[in-house]
Amino acid sequence: MLLATLLGLAAAFVQYFKIPVLRQIVKVYIELFRNTPLLIQLFFLYFGLPRVLGISPSPELCGVIGLGLLGGSYMAEAFRSGLEAVDNVQTESALSLGMTRPQALRYVIFPQAAAISMPAFVANIIFLLKETSVFSAISLMDLMFTAKDLIGMYSKTVECLAMLVVFYLIILLPVSILGSVVERRLRRGSFGD
Amino acid sequence: MAGQLLKETLLKIDHLRKAYGDTVVLKDISLTVHKGEVIVVIGPSGCGKSTLLRCINGLEPIQGGSITLQDKPIDGQSKDIAQIRQKLGMVFQNYELFPHKTVLQNIMLAPLKVQKRDKEEVRQMAEQWLERVGLLDKKDSYPRQLSGGQKQRVAIVRALCMEPEIMLFDEVTAALDPEMVREVLDVILALAKAGRTMVIVTHEMSFARAVADRVLFLDGGEIVEEALPEVFFDHPSTDRAKKFLSTFTYDAVRHHDVPQNY
Ligand SMILES: Nc1ncnc2c1ncn2[C@@H]1O[C@H](COP(=O)(O)OP(=O)(O)OP(=O)(O)O)[C@@H](O)[C@H]1O
Ligand SMILES: [Mg+2]
Repeated sequence: MLLATLLGLAAAFVQYFKIPVLRQIVKVYIELFRNTPLLIQLFFLYFGLPRVLGISPSPELCGVIGLGLLGGSYMAEAFRSGLEAVDNVQTESALSLGMTRPQALRYVIFPQAAAISMPAFVANIIFLLKETSVFSAISLMDLMFTAKDLIGMYSKTVECLAMLVVFYLIILLPVSILGSVVERRLRRGSFGD
Repeated sequence: MAGQLLKETLLKIDHLRKAYGDTVVLKDISLTVHKGEVIVVIGPSGCGKSTLLRCINGLEPIQGGSITLQDKPIDGQSKDIAQIRQKLGMVFQNYELFPHKTVLQNIMLAPLKVQKRDKEEVRQMAEQWLERVGLLDKKDSYPRQLSGGQKQRVAIVRALCMEPEIMLFDEVTAALDPEMVREVLDVILALAKAGRTMVIVTHEMSFARAVADRVLFLDGGEIVEEALPEVFFDHPSTDRAKKFLSTFTYDAVRHHDVPQNY
């Protein structure tokens, strides 16, 4: 999650400030990861890397990196649209008050962009949590995996799957609720409503 | 106006040329603003009034000539531009208050973070100004809770609290409903009375006449006429100025001697 957020921020800044060369790389990265399934990305990391580079990362590491990269590409889009939604004249207004560019970004642009990005940010966190279900494919223990085990052991498929749904809900609902609370807070703090 | 020769020169624009690509927007602008002077810039839409103010504020790169404030060149790329901009109080057409901050926070942000002034001192100053423009009770409101006229008065106070040498106004009433225009213009008139140096772009002709020491008529990117307000409004010397001024008056179309059967 953290990796995704950091990556996303970095990628969004590169795009916002139109940093040459890096910008093209970031664009390719975002399109690549947003448009391929996580499963394939994980397979590549887990089974592909040992062959290509001769290193074999642990399943956990693969999971974290894969999810981080995927999340980063989604977060990048969330943050970028937040930054771009803040009118350029706001920057000029800040500059005209004698602020330097970094000051204008820090006190004027970022707080507004953060509030605008919040809904997409929360949606992405939930999306990433759900995507953990794919981990089982590379033999990482997660809920889906455990459930499959149980199905195998007891062959009560329906019950197990129902339980699985309930478990996911138990994890995701609080995140979702927490998210909307934070979002409302930020919004009130930002725009006074 | 003879006394002005003795007054300190604040702003000097010398053969300014500004172009966007191949389109030249300001051709050859020269202007000197003395301390305490109020310059009103008028002219048809698209003649370069906003661009002129943006150049003065270092928000636009210029292609020729020079602009200096108290003998220091204004250049958006130089690293002391932030220092110079503190002396130029800019007020925009659409207020450009910071939506995520209250009125008081909007006003105090730059004095505290940029000028590193004492918080209590700045607060007192801000509240005094808010009181003077009749908005003290709104100090903890957010911009979205204010009317356009109120927002614009806050924007003016925000610029004033930086203690600028010159105030720049770019059509600050153009986005306002007619009944709110007055409350904003009254604030500017009071500033003029108190001896503020100002460069004002406006479409409000009677206000321009009342507030100006000098009127600049800009057309096609050049200063076509520069005169005292009475001279300019009553006896414009160029055809272009005459034509422009005539767009603000309407000839009566309802004559009493029109035949009843018309
Ligand atoms: N960023 C830009 N790129 C290209 N052309 C521009 C740009 N900004 C302004 N212009 C052109 O420069 C000219 C002057 O614009 P400016 O905004 O200074 O006019 P203005 O006198 O303030 O008009 P108005 O009364 O409508 O505000 C216009 O013809 C406009 O099309
Ligand atoms: Mg304009």
